[in-house]
Amino acid sequence: MNKTQNNRAWWLVVPVLILVAFNAFIPLMTVVNYAFQETFGDNVFFWEGTTWFEQVLRSPRFHASLIRQFLFTGMILAIEVPLGIGVALAMPRKGPWVSVCLVLMALPLLIPWNVVGAMWNIFALPEIGLLGYTLNSMGIDYNFTNQPIAAWMTTVVMDVWHWTSLIVLLCYAGLSSISDDYYQAAHIDGASRWAIFRYIQLPKMKRVLTIAILLRFMDSFMIYTEPFVLTGGGPGNTTTFLSIDLVKIALGQFDLGPAAAMSLIYFLMVLLTCWAFYTIMMRNEEQ
Amino acid sequence: MSIELRNVTLRVGAEPHIYETSLTLKPGGFNILLGTTLSGKTTLMRLMAGLEKPTTGEIRTNGTNVTGLAVQKRSVAMVYQSFINYPSFSVFENIASPLKVAGLGKQEINEKVHRFADLLKLTPMLNRLPRELSGGQQQRTALARALVKGAELVLLDEPLANLDYKLREELRDELPKLFEDTGSTVVYATTEPLEALMLGGHTATLKEGRVVQFGKTASIYRRPATMESAEVFSDPPINTAVISKSGDQVQLGSVASWKVPRELAELPDGDYKVALRPHHLLLDGGGVEVNGMVQIAEISGSESIIRIRVNGNVWVSQTQGIHSFVYGEKIRIYFDAGNCMYFDADENLIDL
Repeated sequence: MNKTQNNRAWWLVVPVLILVAFNAFIPLMTVVNYAFQETFGDNVFFWEGTTWFEQVLRSPRFHASLIRQFLFTGMILAIEVPLGIGVALAMPRKGPWVSVCLVLMALPLLIPWNVVGAMWNIFALPEIGLLGYTLNSMGIDYNFTNQPIAAWMTTVVMDVWHWTSLIVLLCYAGLSSISDDYYQAAHIDGASRWAIFRYIQLPKMKRVLTIAILLRFMDSFMIYTEPFVLTGGGPGNTTTFLSIDLVKIALGQFDLGPAAAMSLIYFLMVLLTCWAFYTIMMRNEEQ
Repeated sequence: MSIELRNVTLRVGAEPHIYETSLTLKPGGFNILLGTTLSGKTTLMRLMAGLEKPTTGEIRTNGTNVTGLAVQKRSVAMVYQSFINYPSFSVFENIASPLKVAGLGKQEINEKVHRFADLLKLTPMLNRLPRELSGGQQQRTALARALVKGAELVLLDEPLANLDYKLREELRDELPKLFEDTGSTVVYATTEPLEALMLGGHTATLKEGRVVQFGKTASIYRRPATMESAEVFSDPPINTAVISKSGDQVQLGSVASWKVPRELAELPDGDYKVALRPHHLLLDGGGVEVNGMVQIAEISGSESIIRIRVNGNVWVSQTQGIHSFVYGEKIRIYFDAGNCMYFDADENLIDL
């Protein structure tokens, strides 16, 4: 029997190729283009090699925003993960309250980033905001527009408010997949509440929890809109995270070369951290 | 341990889950709860275990009332249809877990785990996690956990239902032997009459939250006290019909008649009920001849299962060999009148 060769099916891939080219490859290459060259406009470019990369990596300003970034991501993960697991465990498994809880949990996730920023900005304003006014009238000196610690706290609390739900929902899904027989068996064994959590619920939640942490890491590492609307990176530079700093360099100072180099470094960092995290988690899984 | 349910009922809200039930299981026996899904097998086990408190009645073990006693304080082990093991524990740790809770020493735990792992052929898998095992091995691990605990009451809730055919047969052969020496009272729930017969021991037939009959497995199969019990203990379904006795003949509608059996000889004329197991209804041979119409003929291995319309009832014949029929075909079937079971109007067995 003769097989007919027909390669026309390859044409079916073309739409995807075009899409990927326009939405990922071409923008990325433009950034690469700027990262290795210097331009003074008029589409005239001079080769600069790794100058911009060296400049960015040596700049104290980059180090400072990088440290702030890691501190922020670390803080929100340290709060949101345990809190999310806790709320998921406390949520009802059956009955009419399940859907009420799920809707309440999903609400913050549906609000756009800039609206969240604006909401918390107004909410926390010392003179007119409910939170700011209440705190001040309780005798606590609170003003996130000029106190670095207050600005940090507000940003962290805002992120916790906005995103803990994601972890709650994912963990809840993981918990719902555990059949009652497990709890019954543990009950017969005389296992404690802690043992049930540690040896049944946590292992059964591990997969979704990995995804949840990964998503929260990526998102918080790239956070821009909410702190930008809330504090604008201030007071001073105290809440200037990587992406806010990047926009300042690129659009404020119009230093396209260093900004492009920083973008690439930033991108690689997110990529590598996620890859490393995922690999480690999956390797644990296999063992 | 003997366990006794005394007039136990269970209601959830207004809905009765278990109707008044009394049942006494002797110590060290193999007891089967046989019934369809939702007949109350699992609920009865949960009551025995103490996971559920009866609405009325009491539960006694070794003569003492334990109604309401927490499950942890009883000597109970349970194995489920879905293979339940601690997901992050290795097979060794899983088997060791009840011993650790009991506070045994390292040496003793080690020795016991190895003994039972050996018994259940799990020794090469001791370091694996449950998800790295086949279904059969996972269930063996769960069984080992139940065995190692040395519980006085072991509840097995359809433990073989999720296993494939071969593994099920293998494990079914081993099960009674495994529990033989432990002295535990074993309760085994199943939906399959054949499984009950193979396991032996005692059987309780269940239907819709009621224990229909309890006794030696073989005698319940041979002499079911009621029609319900016979129905529960038959797969394919048992054939039933109303017959009428007049003089020295019984009539099954207009399709068959035979000589009055000894069971009915002394009784007045009138309507009675007859039940006949599918494998006693044959395509050839002698005995009573019945005319019917074929509805479906299925082949199962070297057997044929033929559904036949007989005088308004659908009867099933389970016969050796492969026979093919078409729908609507007229057929003559035969049975030996000696194989019939007769019931009175209240569906109680008429016994000699």
